[in-house]
Amino acid sequence: MGPIDPQTVQVELERRVGRDLFMHLETTTGSYTLLGPEKRPPVIAFVRNAPIHPERGSITGPGPYRVGLKLPGGWVYAEGLTDFEVSVRDELLLAGHDAEGNLTIALQLSTQPFRE
Amino acid sequence: MNRVELVTKPIDHLTEGLDEFVPANERHLLVVLPHPDDESFAAGGTMARCADANVPVTFLCGTYGDMGRRMGSPFFATRESMRDVRVSELREACRVLGATPRWLGLRDRTVEFEDPHDVAARIRDHLDELSPSTVITFFPGHAVHPDHDALGHATHLAVRTWAGGRPNLLAVAVGDRADIRAKLGPPHVYCDVRSVVERKLGALAAHRSQTEMMFQRWERGDEDDEQTRTFREEMLVLERYYRLPLD
Repeated sequence: MGPIDPQTVQVELERRVGRDLFMHLETTTGSYTLLGPEKRPPVIAFVRNAPIHPERGSITGPGPYRVGLKLPGGWVYAEGLTDFEVSVRDELLLAGHDAEGNLTIALQLSTQPFRE
Repeated sequence: MNRVELVTKPIDHLTEGLDEFVPANERHLLVVLPHPDDESFAAGGTMARCADANVPVTFLCGTYGDMGRRMGSPFFATRESMRDVRVSELREACRVLGATPRWLGLRDRTVEFEDPHDVAARIRDHLDELSPSTVITFFPGHAVHPDHDALGHATHLAVRTWAGGRPNLLAVAVGDRADIRAKLGPPHVYCDVRSVVERKLGALAAHRSQTEMMFQRWERGDEDDEQTRTFREEMLVLERYYRLPLD
């Protein structure tokens, strides 16, 4: 995984538009925020292997980047993406990392289900 | 304070009134915690002490830690490679500690949404097979992470309903020390880990994706508050447990 090249990611998104896809979407603060100096409660959400069929997909922003996927009946939105990889299984992995390398957000698309 | 100073420092003030865990009295130590690296933080010294006393040690790891947020520093793991990364890190940590890893195969962050009786039944299968003299888990309700609480609860349930014996059930509480003391009182049992501190640190370092950043911070020493320093100093000299009642 390395820094997002928006042109490459746009091509990868377009390769997947109009197909039946499985999506992993996640954002996380980590579970231990209550132990930190600010004692903030954790805020975490993920959806794994949601079936989607996007009709349009774009990457925008100067970096960190945003991705929007237009669905027949709704939207997928992710902001704060910094890094990407196309895995050996041809999964498009988009992620945001903070200055320390911690994952903050992930948006992943694959024609095959992600490992359960 | 450096490591040599730490391990030669008296610990009497930390162990007063607590029973000492004696590895030589054990037949088999079973550690049941949800994530790869929980074992090294919570009980790595106790595991290594048992291994030194030729007591078999098994770590039954609840999940693959595949939803971890730490990806290494600088990051090298992805959400999809994380499982394989953490499985191999745990294998190495267990090799350092002298323990055998096993897996319950649950998904990270989802333990509390499983039926606790189902999880307990699967833990009981391992109790049947291993017949441990002591089981270590997290203190349900006092372990910060929902997976910790849920697997602690399921393990407590499993041991209480196991027909095969009455092992000691020791629980690790996580979080602010003063807060834990106020709610639970002092712990009951301690294990002196000073003789195995290098292996505890080696096992922690084996969990590179999760601990690299912590070690970098320790080296720099610039972001430590008093609570972090106390946690580190105590973690390197002893591990403390509450006994959970079985009735």
